[in-house]
Amino acid sequence: MHSPYMITGVLNLLAASLLLISFAMLSRRRTQRLITLFAWQGVVLFASTCLVGYRADLTELYYSAALTLLLKVIALPWILHRLIHRLGVQWDSEPLVNIPATMLVGLGLVIFAFGLAQPISRMATTITRNTIGIALAVIFLAFLMMITRRRAITQVIGFLAMENGLFFAATSATYGMPMVIELGIALDLLIGFFILGIFFFQIREQFDSLDLSNMESLKEE
Amino acid sequence: MEILIILGLPLLGALLLALFGPQRFAADLNAGISMVTLIAVVFLVMRVLQHGSILALHEQFFVDSFNVFLVALTAFVGFTTALFSRPYMRIEEQRGRLNAVRLRLYHSMYQVFMAAMFLALLTNNMGLLWVAMEAATLSTVLLVSLYRTRASLEAAWKYFILCGVGIAQALFGTILLYLAAEHVLGREGMTALLWTHLNAVKGELEPRVLGLAFVFLLVGYGTKVGLAPLHNWLPDAHAEGPTPVSAVLSGLLLNVALYAVIRCKILVEGSIGTYLPGHMLMGFGLLSAVFGAFFLWRQRDIKRLFGYSSIEHMGIITFAFGIGGSIANFAALLHMTVHSLTKSSIFFAAGHASQTAQTQQMDGIRGLASISPTIGWGLMLGSLAILGMPPFGVFASEFLILTTAMREHPWTTPLLLIALGVAFAAIFRKVQPMVFGDSDAPPLSHSPALIPVFLHLAIVLMLGVYIPFVLAEWYRAASLLIGG
Repeated sequence: MHSPYMITGVLNLLAASLLLISFAMLSRRRTQRLITLFAWQGVVLFASTCLVGYRADLTELYYSAALTLLLKVIALPWILHRLIHRLGVQWDSEPLVNIPATMLVGLGLVIFAFGLAQPISRMATTITRNTIGIALAVIFLAFLMMITRRRAITQVIGFLAMENGLFFAATSATYGMPMVIELGIALDLLIGFFILGIFFFQIREQFDSLDLSNMESLKEE
Repeated sequence: MEILIILGLPLLGALLLALFGPQRFAADLNAGISMVTLIAVVFLVMRVLQHGSILALHEQFFVDSFNVFLVALTAFVGFTTALFSRPYMRIEEQRGRLNAVRLRLYHSMYQVFMAAMFLALLTNNMGLLWVAMEAATLSTVLLVSLYRTRASLEAAWKYFILCGVGIAQALFGTILLYLAAEHVLGREGMTALLWTHLNAVKGELEPRVLGLAFVFLLVGYGTKVGLAPLHNWLPDAHAEGPTPVSAVLSGLLLNVALYAVIRCKILVEGSIGTYLPGHMLMGFGLLSAVFGAFFLWRQRDIKRLFGYSSIEHMGIITFAFGIGGSIANFAALLHMTVHSLTKSSIFFAAGHASQTAQTQQMDGIRGLASISPTIGWGLMLGSLAILGMPPFGVFASEFLILTTAMREHPWTTPLLLIALGVAFAAIFRKVQPMVFGDSDAPPLSHSPALIPVFLHLAIVLMLGVYIPFVLAEWYRAASLLIGG
């Protein structure tokens, strides 16, 4: 366990599983499964942040790992579960357009992300610099998920997954931003999430469903 | 000290308004808080005049010639908009579009929004700048959806998702900036995110990483500026939110987002030593100006029309910053000021106009000059000012931008002229029948607050004829700082 190569190997494994989860999210129909996957993403983030903190001997990384555990593994998935129960959509499955095509686009995005991350990795001095490409790929895949899905809740999960990617990018490239900024980001995320939670109810009241394809009245004639 | 008041007072006000919101005096309290904030800003301005740039609270806050006039502008328009919103929101409440609970939310969020913008302008920390921009987005999402109609929910959702994605890009850009800075400045004491420190060492920052960071920052904050093709949220949010919110979105938030872009541009240009950031700004700016102008033709809703006009003008300003150099920067700063004053006054007049006609559709608004001469003429004069008629200030800044473009990049001149010409024809053709002609609509139940309209237009007129020495000095110093 104390061999540095071993830790780097485990970190790479964790990063790879993060990417795998992102792909799994792209292909899942059921909202409940998506929430579970999102929570697993949080677990992987927590584990990798702890490991990096141990390896680089930085106490502040333990704090942000604890924040991740509280917010992204416990609080947000729990609230999401309660929300979909109250909305009665936990077994809702949404029609997906052409999963193979989405996967292929996703693959292209991963290659693009790795290309883009090259100059950054070369510059970074962290032990995790090889995983910056994966972090960028997670961001892009979450973005793709937001574009291809039409349900309000799925778009929000995509948004949260994108934030996971950003957090991972920050830890891999620079061992995390200063603590004050991390706290500010977490606060913004939480408030934004609550606002969207309120929105779900209002949208359903007005449109009778959470399907965003009803929302197409505002456009240019 | 002033900085603490400017940031703390709106937050305290938001709390008070949330607690005592449904009272009758809430609207007056809102205006009062904005007024005291404005007074604190005046003191801050006087301090900057005496001592030059200020660094405060362990270098976390920073005031220089570039942001001091934006802080003053934000406080001023924030105050006049609060004045305008008193009768406007009272009429909306009487007509049953809002109830006391929503009004409480409105007043409270208005102050949160002001605090977030002041924080974004005053902070020296690039990370805190991001947090403040996100907070400003969140508070305005609630304001845009205030009416809880289908259209307003759709607009707010679109606004949240688009700006959320955009601002996530900006966060990645900020992370890259921190990565590059950490190598030079180290991790200790957070100096690696402080703009003043970054500016001092910008020549040593790794150019390739900063170039990449700028792409993300420009796309991210550019979404909030409303640059085409990332502008989709802007017309909807302007049309479906309450009018005071449209006024502060167009007049203030777009400026603050552009301010963030320009702060980043200063750093990146100093690091990579080429004109690439400037050229990117020029491209986005020109596209937005032309795009915004052509879309003006197809609008039927009065607030959407002026939303697209904001896209066009933010495009022109971004383009001018992209050209760079002292004259273009000067013109861009002047245009920021006059656009914000003129556009908010137009929204004030347009808001009362659509209340009088009980519709936002321009086909339904007729004969404003005969029902209420002040609303009608306010709208007419505001439109003439925004279209760049001399002697208004918009003419001066657009003239400077055009002549500089002609000298530095002659090929852009026809595109700019087309954009300005198309915008002129489109807006004038639509405003003229709204103001003149006959109508039998009854006048408003509360006398509209039109002092802000004419006050803004008077300042714009003055800036067209004579720019006070102090302001010109600030513009000049800021132009040198922005460089390019």
